[in-house]
Amino acid sequence: MATKNKKKKEKEIFALGNEAVVEGALLAGCNFYAGYPITPSTEIAEEMARRLPLLEEGVFIQMEDEIASLGSVIGASLAGRKAMTATSGPGFSLMQEHIGYACITETPLVLVNVMRAGPSTGMPTSPAQGDVQQARWGTHGDHPIIVLSAGDVQECLEMTVTAFNFSEKYRTPVILLLDEVTAHTREKITIPDPSDLYIYSRLLPSMPPEWYLPFEDNMRGVSAMPPLGSGYRYHVTGLTHDDHGYPTSKPREVESFINRIFRKIDQFFYDIQIVEEIYCQDATSCIIAYGSVGRSAELAVQMARDQGEKAGLLKLKTLFPFPRPAVEKMLRQCASVLVPEMNMGQISREVKRVNSGQSKVNTLNRIDGQIITPAEILKKLLKG
Amino acid sequence: MSREMKLDRFEIRLSGLGGQGILTLGKIMGQALALDHGYNVAQTQSYGPEARGGASRSDLVISSSTISYPKTISLDLLVALSQEACNKFFTNLKPSGALVVDTSMVGQTPTNIFLGLPFTDMARKVGLVQTTNIVTLGALTHFLPFMRAVSVRKSLKSILPSKIIDINLKAFNAGFNAAKKQYPDAPEKWIFS
Repeated sequence: MATKNKKKKEKEIFALGNEAVVEGALLAGCNFYAGYPITPSTEIAEEMARRLPLLEEGVFIQMEDEIASLGSVIGASLAGRKAMTATSGPGFSLMQEHIGYACITETPLVLVNVMRAGPSTGMPTSPAQGDVQQARWGTHGDHPIIVLSAGDVQECLEMTVTAFNFSEKYRTPVILLLDEVTAHTREKITIPDPSDLYIYSRLLPSMPPEWYLPFEDNMRGVSAMPPLGSGYRYHVTGLTHDDHGYPTSKPREVESFINRIFRKIDQFFYDIQIVEEIYCQDATSCIIAYGSVGRSAELAVQMARDQGEKAGLLKLKTLFPFPRPAVEKMLRQCASVLVPEMNMGQISREVKRVNSGQSKVNTLNRIDGQIITPAEILKKLLKG
Repeated sequence: MSREMKLDRFEIRLSGLGGQGILTLGKIMGQALALDHGYNVAQTQSYGPEARGGASRSDLVISSSTISYPKTISLDLLVALSQEACNKFFTNLKPSGALVVDTSMVGQTPTNIFLGLPFTDMARKVGLVQTTNIVTLGALTHFLPFMRAVSVRKSLKSILPSKIIDINLKAFNAGFNAAKKQYPDAPEKWIFS
């Protein structure tokens, strides 16, 4: 924008990806953080510990482990807080059970997972993208979930705000996947004016407490959620429950419950599936990438264009629900697509699933704790 | 912005041992260049799991246009504060790139074309060996024509805690003046691609 409104309270800072997550969370109204610091996500906890106590109602708790961290985040969210936690590899594994609990109790929360090289303790200070399928399917049982990713520091801020909005709007846990490179890159970012942001907060009941049904179906499939302690009494359980929140195993009630928690996400795919198209319009070969590898791919596409190659880049910001329409469009348009990622092929598996023979899907995998370089991508891209 | 030099992916690697303040150095330089000079800067870091002693490095990519790939590809400037780092990263340097070494830590350089000052010894002379990184920062401010001492000092003051500012400013000036004295024409020798 050439004309800058001076009244706007925009601010430029030089910040880490992790610090941008905190800025985004605070803009989105986060006022509760519980966590157990772990490299490479530690700066999120540090910055939250510094910033939250300054807020009127801000609470920061360091818990004894990751299981308890997510447990207290769920509790805080049920009590009306906008709550989040952040972790990495081993901590994310510990949190899996509670992710399922948040899914079935439809508790909004944001979980940032800064991916590091695994399995197990792996390489704490090296990047990887190995938790993509774990984020989707890590907790047991058939469940819907939203998984987002971010590649640069400004995006960390924006996607954190988006993650909070989605979690509140759809009453679901949202997982934001970063990787070590994104989290530990410092860049200049613009903190937007709070009045420019679209912030969504959960729906509150409009009926008196005695009429309130906590898990009642409606058009959106998302029921109103009063904070516990505000006079609306309801039962919260990990057992499959009926509209009142009490355990049920009646096939009809179970079926309609599970269908509803899927439908509340499924019918808003157009809202949830965020992608960024770079030079896609006339592309004959395309890269599909996410996270920090998306940035390598961006330079690779630029280099390919300089050589006269019609290359494009589809950056996935929403990983799950998998942005099928955007990917299918590129598969129809291009003779070959390349999926570079720092794992053995967790998103290329999804691309191949939706491909159904329309295009050639090439993969480029790196699992040695190093980011994929633009030169590697370019070489593979030109090979077709 | 108009006074600034145009840069297209100028890549710097600051390398040494964990505990030498490499990451802080990168942060101060990055903030000065990003917020005060208005460049786009991507500062990445890489370090071992140890708190002290392991290899540590911080990379800066500085550009007038948007930066897509945040890591370095081939270096314009390598700063080595340990022998190991010097040996390891020298091959990443561009043919026209410059090497800056701490001569009190690096005994053997792979080339005799380099800018060398005894940063660690100078920091000891300032009174606090922990200011090695700031002494280096002072020297770099002289070497790099697009970095202004005023904004680096400003960035220094905003990042470091106030009670250690004075000694660090002293260290900064020591580095800056020594570099100016020993290599008066270093800033003019750059070949910008």
